[in-house]
Amino acid sequence: MKAALFLVFTAIITNNYVLVQFLGICPFLGVSKKLNSAMGMSVAVTIVMVIATAVTWPIQTYLLDPNDIGYMQTLVFILVIAALVQLIEIVLKKFIPSLHKALGVYLPLITTNCAVLGVCVLNITNEFTYGQALLNSFGAGIGFMLAMFLFAGVRSRIETNDYPEAFKGVAGTLVAASIVSLSFLGFSGLVSGLFGM
Amino acid sequence: MEKKSKLSIFTNGLIKENPILVLVLGTCPTLALSTAAMNGIYMGLALTFVLTCSNIFISALKRIIPDSVRIPCFITVIATFVTIVQLVIKAYMPELDGILGVYIPLIVVNCIILGRAEMFASKNTIVDSAIDGLGMGIGYMIALTFMGCVRELIGAGTVFGMAVTVNFLTPFSIATLPPGGFFVFGCIIALMNKLTKGKVREKQENKCMGCPGSSFCSKSQEGGCDQ
Repeated sequence: MKAALFLVFTAIITNNYVLVQFLGICPFLGVSKKLNSAMGMSVAVTIVMVIATAVTWPIQTYLLDPNDIGYMQTLVFILVIAALVQLIEIVLKKFIPSLHKALGVYLPLITTNCAVLGVCVLNITNEFTYGQALLNSFGAGIGFMLAMFLFAGVRSRIETNDYPEAFKGVAGTLVAASIVSLSFLGFSGLVSGLFGM
Repeated sequence: MEKKSKLSIFTNGLIKENPILVLVLGTCPTLALSTAAMNGIYMGLALTFVLTCSNIFISALKRIIPDSVRIPCFITVIATFVTIVQLVIKAYMPELDGILGVYIPLIVVNCIILGRAEMFASKNTIVDSAIDGLGMGIGYMIALTFMGCVRELIGAGTVFGMAVTVNFLTPFSIATLPPGGFFVFGCIIALMNKLTKGKVREKQENKCMGCPGSSFCSKSQEGGCDQ
């Protein structure tokens, strides 16, 4: 239990996929202007991350590795993720139309979100077990949500502020992201201290 | 589209539409790998290879690929070349594999490559597409290496591993940490804005430009997901 919590909190805070490992920066900068869209995007990313891990891990372990075609990983993973995203969209549209209306816009964008492919590949490189991989993906998704949530708040403040002309637009957003990232740096050591590991 | 000279296609990626400094595409590896100048060269070479080869292939296959499934087809072509790069690096430069790590497989979802496939290679001749790939790739390499130089100089006091200020200045190691990446990148784009008198920002105003899904996303016509 302790080990599981440790894994999840590491993925959320100290190894935050967006602010520390730099995965999924495009949606982080692009969809963080409004809190609603930021939350919609993060919920969709979290769902896809967990399902993608649930599918890609067995494919790697039981299909690619025994047949000695581990090098097909990149190709297989990205196609599986693309197919999954389509499938999730169809299922949502059919059975939970309200959720599809809220998340549908973000789903096609997730195929090319590097955090999703990144988490699937890293689960294999870190040699996680199936359970660990799922927990790590869940933590990564929540970490993405936390970063998006905080950053959407920060952005809504800086939009109304008066800062140098040259920094308006993407440049100012990046500097603001730097400060949010700095706060996450301050958490390093927190998780291992908390769980005594 | 009007006919462009080969040279203007090449320089387009270098300056006018530099993937990092103007279009702000492929930010993930840019931020993660610009901790040292040398990483910029390696990553730039890997990306240029994949971009040029996939551009050539996609341009050659543009009449065969059905329009409705073009994105999966593009991704398959790109993933093939990424796998080639991955295997070559693992075989001949194992230490480089440790540095670039997960960012090599992530070239597949790099917005620059899919974006060029969609916007350029699927509409232009093979030669033009190859030149466009080279120009974009080299533009990416130059920008990434420049950013690596700045971060390495501030963060470690060296450039390409050679001591510059490390002997008489204590390096600000924060520049090589994640917050420093965002900060230096932000400052470089601000500098570009200043030098071009805001022309760069105008190009960035279109939010969907930096988004890999812009070509197949219904929201891109309505002005982006934020609206």
